[in-house]
Amino acid sequence: MRISKSPWLLHYDGSSCNGCDIEVLAATTPRFDVERFGIINTGNPRHADIFLCTGGVNSQNKDVVRQIYDQMPDPKVVLACGICACDGGIFKDCYNIMGGTDTVIPVDVYVPGCAVRPEALIDGVVKALKLLDEKAEKMKRGEYKSLTSAEYEAARRQDAAEEKNNA
Amino acid sequence: MAGKRSVIPFGPQHPVLPEPIHIDLITEDEKVVEAVPSIGFVHRGLEQLVTKKDFGEMVYVAERICGICSFGHGYGYVNAIEHIMDIHPTDRARFIRTMLFELSRMHSHILWLGLMADAFGFESLFMETWKYREKILDMLEAATGGRVIFSIIRIGGLRKDVPDEVMQGFLPELDKVVEGIKSCEKVFLSDPAVLSRLKGIGYLSKEDAIALGCEGPFLRASGVDTDNRMRGYAAYSSVDFDIITSDEGDSYARCYVRIQEIYQSASIIRQCIEKMPKEGIYVPIKGFPNGEYMTVIEQPRGGACYYVHSSGRKFIERMRVRTPTFANIPALTKTLQGCDVADVPILVVTIDPCISCTER
Amino acid sequence: MLENLEEIELIGLLNKAKEIKNDGYRVMQICATKIEDDYELLYTFGRGYDIRHIKTVISPGVHVPSVSDIFPAAFLYENEMHDLFGIAIDGINHDYKGGLYRTAVETPFA
Repeated sequence: MRISKSPWLLHYDGSSCNGCDIEVLAATTPRFDVERFGIINTGNPRHADIFLCTGGVNSQNKDVVRQIYDQMPDPKVVLACGICACDGGIFKDCYNIMGGTDTVIPVDVYVPGCAVRPEALIDGVVKALKLLDEKAEKMKRGEYKSLTSAEYEAARRQDAAEEKNNA
Repeated sequence: MAGKRSVIPFGPQHPVLPEPIHIDLITEDEKVVEAVPSIGFVHRGLEQLVTKKDFGEMVYVAERICGICSFGHGYGYVNAIEHIMDIHPTDRARFIRTMLFELSRMHSHILWLGLMADAFGFESLFMETWKYREKILDMLEAATGGRVIFSIIRIGGLRKDVPDEVMQGFLPELDKVVEGIKSCEKVFLSDPAVLSRLKGIGYLSKEDAIALGCEGPFLRASGVDTDNRMRGYAAYSSVDFDIITSDEGDSYARCYVRIQEIYQSASIIRQCIEKMPKEGIYVPIKGFPNGEYMTVIEQPRGGACYYVHSSGRKFIERMRVRTPTFANIPALTKTLQGCDVADVPILVVTIDPCISCTER
Repeated sequence: MLENLEEIELIGLLNKAKEIKNDGYRVMQICATKIEDDYELLYTFGRGYDIRHIKTVISPGVHVPSVSDIFPAAFLYENEMHDLFGIAIDGINHDYKGGLYRTAVETPFA
């Protein structure tokens, strides 16, 4: 695979148990070294291309997740890291968990695991690199613009309404 | 002359924090006058899962209170249930639990050293410490099959045995880790650039540490020699170790205490492997728990309380976990008073905050 | 089966807390448990390796006096009880007024 950019990643802990978060950090350290793809772990959403979100979304952090996503420049890719970020995992039945990351922002790559293994994460990130290139290519031709979190929510609401009508 | 007061929000998303916590810093020029913490960003409400998962399944939920001190959380809950049901795990199970607990403590303290190095801007030191942490994770993986969440503990003992030859293989690896941490210790405890960030920063007196309910290395760095392992749960009554304290009460002392505790843990693990009894790992359990109990154990971050209230049904009534970071927050706000805004990230890291524990 | 457990009436809580404070104890945890319609409040105090518990049972709607004037570190536990169980606690030294946990369900344990 040809890597054309050196994408920076941003990590936010939704409401994870921390297991996935330390594995995200471990993925950047010498053993796994995701930095060999030119990746740097940044703290600033404006600098980031890849958003690693761990843990489910709750009512207190949903706006934080949305804001981080909206602040990131286009093209961007979102990774749901770990089973909680994919669909809520073991905490799905908790009163304060709304669900996975995709309840508030569009997710491109789902990386399951409890906790997610660094190898799986690297796999996910490499998939994300490819998507990032494709999105950049489409953007050049003016065919692509990513959804804002508000547009995403509206689309989800419409889907839910249509499903209800069809049923 | 007093300067103008302004409020600086810190977090929830901040480069120094792997987890979200929010603190409103009320400042006068560059000095913090007051710090008001607010939590709840990772609150899941897992204590209420007791109504949906039976008392045996709750072990897995307890383990997922936190991914760093996962083994301890599983242990605390299991220990409370075992007390209620009057179950006595075998000696081998007790020793293996102790060994895994100490491996968790080592990896947690090394993780903290790395985050600390990252917080004071020494990235290569962060990478170096985490290199040694991987060796501990390899041992945990060889013993349990998991890197961060193990699910090896169950009520009555363990799910699977750890073969003796695997444990023997840990001994040379432990030596390598200790040697590696010794080389890092020189930088943490005597490098002038590092000392300038740690010495005298965030002082907490012994009196305040006790009154504000501090726990763990944070408490011991202020000169209080309390370590809940001395209560002798698991196999701690059968091994020798020292309580590490320091009288300085600053960030440097907290760093010193944690580094020395890594060596103590390595020594406990060696003793466990040497004394490892031979018999089985599991005693069968009968019936459902009926009664209440509170276990207090020493997690890497300090004392943790596990309270279980049950009434002879498959589902227990209440599980309550008081984690060390929750107890350390009042003292954190105290140390933040009067510090420079630039030192806030370091001070937040020195208590080794574990937010997902705190909020559950 | 809790060791050193004392069951008291709510009215004696503050005096008991002062007594325990004078004995050199500090607060270790405070929690509530819902038992049928009532709430059981459990206060745990520690001194070195000694632990003692105080338990009191209250009916829904009863106001509980805060012990945070006696034990300054109690405020987080009391705010937590208020937010999760909906127990009204009077006179907390740092009252978050329900803002410590902003949960999707109000007072989920009530």
